[in-house]
Amino acid sequence: MNIIDFLLQHSPALIVAIPLLGAFLTPLISRINNKARNIFVILILGLTTSIVFLLANDVFAGNIHTYVFGSQDLALPIVRILFEVDAMSAFMAIIGSILALVAVIYSWAFIKENTGLDKFYTLILLTTAGMFGMVLTGDMFNLFVFLEITSIASCALIAFWTNKGKSVEAGFKYIVISSIGALFLLFAIALLYGQYNALNIATLANAIQFSFLDKIALVLLIAAFAMKAGIVPMHMWLPDAYSKAPASVTIVLVGATQASLYGVFRVCFTLYGNTINLSPASIGWIIVLLGLITMLLGVAMALIQSDFKRLIAFSAVAEIGFIFLGIGAGLTVLGNAEMMAAIGIPAMSGGVFHIMNDALDIGLLFLVAGAIYYATRETSLDKLGGLARNMKYTTVFFIIGLFAVSGIPPMNGFASKLLIYESTFQLNPILSIVAILSSIMLLAVFVKVFHSVFLGPSLPKFKEVKEVPKSMLIAMGIIASIIIVFGLFPELIINNIVEPAVSALVNYGDYIREVIPTFTGGI
Amino acid sequence: MSMLETLLGTFQTGSGFWNPIVWIIVAALVFLITYILRGFGNKKYKKGTEQVKSFLSGNPEYEKEKMHVKGSNLFWGFTESLKWIFDILHKMHTGNISDYVLWFVIVMAVLFLLVGLM
Repeated sequence: MNIIDFLLQHSPALIVAIPLLGAFLTPLISRINNKARNIFVILILGLTTSIVFLLANDVFAGNIHTYVFGSQDLALPIVRILFEVDAMSAFMAIIGSILALVAVIYSWAFIKENTGLDKFYTLILLTTAGMFGMVLTGDMFNLFVFLEITSIASCALIAFWTNKGKSVEAGFKYIVISSIGALFLLFAIALLYGQYNALNIATLANAIQFSFLDKIALVLLIAAFAMKAGIVPMHMWLPDAYSKAPASVTIVLVGATQASLYGVFRVCFTLYGNTINLSPASIGWIIVLLGLITMLLGVAMALIQSDFKRLIAFSAVAEIGFIFLGIGAGLTVLGNAEMMAAIGIPAMSGGVFHIMNDALDIGLLFLVAGAIYYATRETSLDKLGGLARNMKYTTVFFIIGLFAVSGIPPMNGFASKLLIYESTFQLNPILSIVAILSSIMLLAVFVKVFHSVFLGPSLPKFKEVKEVPKSMLIAMGIIASIIIVFGLFPELIINNIVEPAVSALVNYGDYIREVIPTFTGGI
Repeated sequence: MSMLETLLGTFQTGSGFWNPIVWIIVAALVFLITYILRGFGNKKYKKGTEQVKSFLSGNPEYEKEKMHVKGSNLFWGFTESLKWIFDILHKMHTGNISDYVLWFVIVMAVLFLLVGLM
């Protein structure tokens, strides 16, 4: 067995273990010096990203990976934890790895003036490990554990600027909301475990009956994950947390939020896939409705914000609405092969592609907001202006982010939104009208930011403002480059990454059969 | 199909298609035509004279720093006409953690009703 095969075989464990081990080694490396610590953290995440891509490459070729911690014999009733990686898990892991790597590169200069950086990087790595665990695990209780790891580490990161009261308040709100969500999640898991004596997702999916208790568990799971994903009206923690955390933390939080979105989809399509088939339209329409409300309210609130980061946070809420709309539209026609081919698959491709695009676009905009804050120590749109003269590269990155998030061609956001518009129009024209209206309003929101921050006369107090350091420009440049590549070659991305992920959600039977070979359900 | 053909391929969306490369070529042509038309414009204006100054209905021009329209003033007409909606949204966002949890409970109750009716 060569090294690549070895890495591939153990990749599901390594993807979580490497950042986890790195997290605990970071304070030790910090003792050498700050530069060694920064290089160490970048290397750790670089290595993890490489393994994620290695695993994803194999998974996208059609191989579902399982990794057993404990007894290898699945028939034995011994406590074990199983990681199961299908294309959807790999897709989410790719997003998480890109965001985490970019975050630490950006942090090199952005956060260097602060103290307690050994703890900062440790928490970043812990959040990343938790995020990977959430998307790779095939076990419900393990999912809860990783959700808690992500939440606790994220809470400390949000409140990292402890000298600012509002950051601590945002961290407090985040941990209260996360704990309540996690408790309901645990309650739902207990309901399932009590009935079926199993925690493995595939085993539960095989056994689930859609009984009264299963329905209660379904509601608890959807509500808990949806709150963590920032679905309206449970989104209110999100602008507080995103706007008060350092920019490099916010980009990791975007990944953590999306891991919760993954939780909703894993529950609806895989865990309850076989039973939701009885009534897919109802669950689908609930998700569509939540998506519509999220889009409209998110963008409306963004329009009236005067704080740069809070405005982007509300736009992030609106973007999550687009994802819910696409995936929900697919769920409404799940089980109807003809409708699925005509509407469901394109809608879900748009929704899944938009998960990636949302992470990149919103991530880039948060990094730009961080760069503006780094250069001016200001985030109020009423106090900023004329910065395009001093910060040319940052301005270009903002324009790329503006075009991408508003779905302006030829950026990546256009391709995913086009898929959502076209497919939802066939389901109900009102859905696509609302989506297009929200997109236009998003454009208005960011045109406002562009005017307020970058255009206008050079203000005397910002005469001495200079472009941000190279590490921050490189981080923004990496995301901007990916946005452009994804925008120019959407077919390449959809065929090779998005469609396998959509197929993994729709053909949930393959996920279950990997653990329960006798499973005969599924599409 | 070669790699180049794959990269330049038209993306089929199900009911339509999208090719960013063609879009960029067309957009570049439009910019080129616009630039050529711009060249036919009047070049007789005199730089640094009254001709290039702003005319504010005869009022004096403020210093440039004071002329920048602030973020909160943009889309004033839109937000003012829909003030009643934005007021409701503002009231929803109290910043109080108890209210955040209340919304979670409300959503859960609605979901219980909807899923219970299935």
